[in-house]
Amino acid sequence: MTTGSKDQSSPKMTTHYVDLPASDEAIAKFKPGDVVYLSGVVYTAREGIYQRVLAEGQTLPMNNLEVVSNANFHCSPAAAPDGKGSYNIGGVTATASFRFSKWMADWLDATGTKLVIGKGGMPREDYTKILAPRGAVYLTTVGYGTGALLGRGVKSVKDVIWLDDLGIAQAMWLFNVENFGPFIVDSDLEGNSLFADHGDQVNAGIDKLYEGLKPPALHRYGETDNREDEVM
Amino acid sequence: MTITIDTVEEAAYTIMEKAAIDIPDDYLSGIKAMVDQEDGDLSSFVLKAMLDNYEAAKEDRRPMCADTGLPRYYVKMGDRAKLDSFVGLDKGLRMATERATREVPLRPNRVHPLWRTEHNNNLGINAPEVEWSFEPDADWIDITTVHKGGLFGSDYRMLFPGDGIDGIKRFLLDTLIAFGKRGLACQPAIVGVGIGGSKDTCMQLGKQAACLRVVGDRNPDPKIAELEDELKALGNSIGMGAMGFVGSSMVVDCNIEVGYTHTGGMPVSVHTFCLSSRRATARIHADGSITYRTDPQWFTPYMRREGIA
Repeated sequence: MTTGSKDQSSPKMTTHYVDLPASDEAIAKFKPGDVVYLSGVVYTAREGIYQRVLAEGQTLPMNNLEVVSNANFHCSPAAAPDGKGSYNIGGVTATASFRFSKWMADWLDATGTKLVIGKGGMPREDYTKILAPRGAVYLTTVGYGTGALLGRGVKSVKDVIWLDDLGIAQAMWLFNVENFGPFIVDSDLEGNSLFADHGDQVNAGIDKLYEGLKPPALHRYGETDNREDEVM
Repeated sequence: MTITIDTVEEAAYTIMEKAAIDIPDDYLSGIKAMVDQEDGDLSSFVLKAMLDNYEAAKEDRRPMCADTGLPRYYVKMGDRAKLDSFVGLDKGLRMATERATREVPLRPNRVHPLWRTEHNNNLGINAPEVEWSFEPDADWIDITTVHKGGLFGSDYRMLFPGDGIDGIKRFLLDTLIAFGKRGLACQPAIVGVGIGGSKDTCMQLGKQAACLRVVGDRNPDPKIAELEDELKALGNSIGMGAMGFVGSSMVVDCNIEVGYTHTGGMPVSVHTFCLSSRRATARIHADGSITYRTDPQWFTPYMRREGIA
C-alpha cells in the first residue's frame, strides 16, 4: 500500500492505494475526505442478499468470504453474459446505503466485512455505534455516477452467487478489481462522518435562505419545519 | 415510402446506446462552467471526477452510470409521416429496449412493484413508458429516449394562487435541500419545474422540462425565462455542491414549463435530471434515413399552443 498526494487534480486531498482484503493498519490511516483506490476482490450485497442470509437464515454458498474479501459494495452492476461463460460488466454504480442500515450490525458480524462502500453514507450514529466499534469504515462513491471509471477498475468477474434466484441487480457479484475508484472516505475508525460534518455546515445557512418567503397557505399533514432533518 | 418497424427498432436501439454512453454536449459545457466557479474542494473534486468519467465512458463505449435508470421513450410524430403500423412502432421500441439491455448492457432495473419479479430486459407491465406528441407540416418521426434514475430528487405540491412566486421558491428550496443532502439527487442537475395543469400533468411537465430541454434553453415567455434564471441562482445559493458537500454546484440549469390549471390552485413539481443526464434523439426521415442529436426539441411552439389550432 502507498499513501500520498498523487492525484494531480486534487493536491489538497490524500490518496490511499489499498490491497484487499484491507488490513486493519491500512483502514486506520483513512481520514474523512481522503481518496481511496482498491485492488483485490470486492463483493456486492444489498437487500436481496441481506434478506436471504440474515432474515431467512440461508447459508451463503461460500464459507471463506472474509478471506476473499472484506469489502461490501452496495451496487448492482450493468452486467450481461458475454457468451463465453462469464459476464460483460459495463458500468458500475453504487446505490443509496442508508436503506441497508438495519442489516449492517448483523452483516458485519456474520462476514467480518471492514469496508462498506456505497452511495451517500449512513446515519452518523451508525458509524459510532455499528461500524467503528467493529473496525469498519464507510467509503462513498463519487459523483454518484462514476460508473465508467469504476467499470474500468473491474478486471473480471470472480464469481456470482444466487444469480438465478435473485437476478442481476440483487445477486452477489465478486469482482477482481485493480485501482478501483475513486472513493472518498466518509467515516473513520473514530466514527467521524464527512457527510454529517458538511451537512452541519450547510444547515447553518438554511434559515437565511427562507427569510422573507411567506409560509404556504396550506401545510402538509405531519409537516416539520426542522430543515436540519434528513430524508434518509 | 413508409417507415418500417425495422428502422424504428434500429433508431431506438442506437439512441439507447448513445444515451447511456455519451454525455450531451450542452450538459457537459454546463458542468465545465460550474467547475470553474466551484470553491468547495470536495465538490470540485467530484465534478472533475465526473468529467473523467464522461471521457472514460466515451473511450470504452461503456455506460457512464451503471444505474441506467428507467429507460423510456418520447415519440413525436410528424403529421404527414407514413408508418407501417402504430402497434408495430410500439413493439419496435420494446424490442430495442430488450436488445439494448442485453448488448450495451443496461442494468435491468424494471421489476414488478409488488412481487419484485423481473424479466431482466427492462420490459414489463406499463414499461417502458412511451409518450406521444404530434408536429404539423412534418413527415419525420422523432424518437427520444431518457435514462433517469427514479428514487430521489422529485416532488410535487399543491400550492395556491396566493402562495405566489414565494411559494414556488420555498418549495424549490425544500426539494433541493431535502434531496441534495448527501447528494441523493446526484446534483448538479438540470432542474425541471412544472407549474399548473392537473396533478399528473404538473408532474409530467416538470419531468419533461428537466429531461427534454437542454442547458441554456429558455422558456419563450420572457417573464418565465427570468424566473428560470432566478430559480437557478436560488438553487446555487444554498451553499451545497455535488454530493451535498459544501459548495455552490447545485443547478446546472432550471427549465420551467407551465400548463393551464384549476382557477383555485397552483400545483408545482420539481424534478432533478442528474450528473449523468442521459438523453438522445433519433429523427427517422420519410426516406428511412436516420439522423441523431441530443436536443429532443420536444417543446415546439405547436406543443405549447394556447388556442384551438
